[in-house]
Amino acid sequence: MCAVSTAHVLLGLLSKHPQHGYELKQAHDAVLPGAKPLAFGQVYATLGRMERDGLVAPDGAERVGGPDRTSFRVTTVGRTSLDAWLDEVEPPAPHASSALLAKVVVALLAADSDRARRYLTAQRKAHTDRLRELTRAKTDPHAGVGAVIAADYAIVHLDADLRWLATTLARVADLDEEIRQ
Amino acid sequence: MTEVLLAARGVVKSYGNSPALRGVTVDVGEGEIVAVTGPSGCGKSTLLYCLSGIMRPDAGEISYRGARLDTRRESERSALRRGDFGVLFQFGQLVAELPAVDNVALPLLLRGTRRREARSAAMVWLDRLGVADVARDLPGEMSGGQAQRVALGRALVTEPHVLFADEPTGALDTLTGEAVLGHIVRVVREQGTAVVLVTHEATVAAHADREVALRDGMLDPTGLGFPMASPAAVGAGPAAAGPRHARTSGR
Repeated sequence: MCAVSTAHVLLGLLSKHPQHGYELKQAHDAVLPGAKPLAFGQVYATLGRMERDGLVAPDGAERVGGPDRTSFRVTTVGRTSLDAWLDEVEPPAPHASSALLAKVVVALLAADSDRARRYLTAQRKAHTDRLRELTRAKTDPHAGVGAVIAADYAIVHLDADLRWLATTLARVADLDEEIRQ
Repeated sequence: MTEVLLAARGVVKSYGNSPALRGVTVDVGEGEIVAVTGPSGCGKSTLLYCLSGIMRPDAGEISYRGARLDTRRESERSALRRGDFGVLFQFGQLVAELPAVDNVALPLLLRGTRRREARSAAMVWLDRLGVADVARDLPGEMSGGQAQRVALGRALVTEPHVLFADEPTGALDTLTGEAVLGHIVRVVREQGTAVVLVTHEATVAAHADREVALRDGMLDPTGLGFPMASPAAVGAGPAAAGPRHARTSGR
């Protein structure tokens, strides 16, 4: 999976209206609450690189005070770069190298049945517990739309894992039966 | 866990020669939301019918507030369903000829509440569930989500102690289902109503306090119908009364 491009996320946030570093950090953490919060240093370093590359420019003729007081706006080059990024499709992640997949396959192939059952039961419980936690967070009346969207994303992925787990076990059971016949 | 409100003990139920429940023991606490999950044909709806007194088990016991329920006469059990119990199905439970407000008022009218009083109580529920604007509409004129919220109002208008919900969002799209589920959870928490929520969806079960998984008419502590499970290991533990009577642990 590709790493998130912080520069493009910042460009997206700035495309609404010019903001300074502090506001950008707040906006980033609000719309992507599931992501790691941005450090201020990272915001200013990224803004510095973006200014150097001509993607953003200080808003207004003169700088007032230090970098934290400077408002930035998206330039035409920045807009083009943002549009190009948005035109690029993310590769549909195959998840083919997932740690979960590997462990389940090994548990079914190589472990004795009690151990496999113990692991799979515990794994399912960890998934359903997390699902309940996310559901609680999401249905909190104070949850912002960013938090709800991030929770939705995690919930459907956990749900997919759970469905796959159930299907896999049913499939293995069918195979076992076939072999025994 | 809070006080046990509703309990099934070793419940067995068959349809002709095919067993649906093969010894299920489950407790539902006061105000607790319990999801009953499992694949199609695992017996989850049959368990709901037995717990709510719609059906009588072939063997085992159902008790409500410590008193046997399954041995009572049908008339007594249906009286319970008009007062202490509320029932919500997947769809098709509203009376097509009656507007929303009268559908919600129906359980009160059946209990002998006067029409004016029943209607005003029904209006309060429609308002609480955000569907006051369809009060005069017939079920055929409502969207699926609206109809299900009206049905929820009808299930809750008698302020029951237990709500039985069988795949209540099964016929709705994701966001509409989520809204209906949100309403169910919010109002039952406000009322302190216990819920038996039958669903095959993990995302729906995640709204509950606890999950009871079934497989082939028995409790499935693994939640996965684990094919390699040796029956002895599933119900293991000193208190286990045997694999068919393994109790679910409260969380």
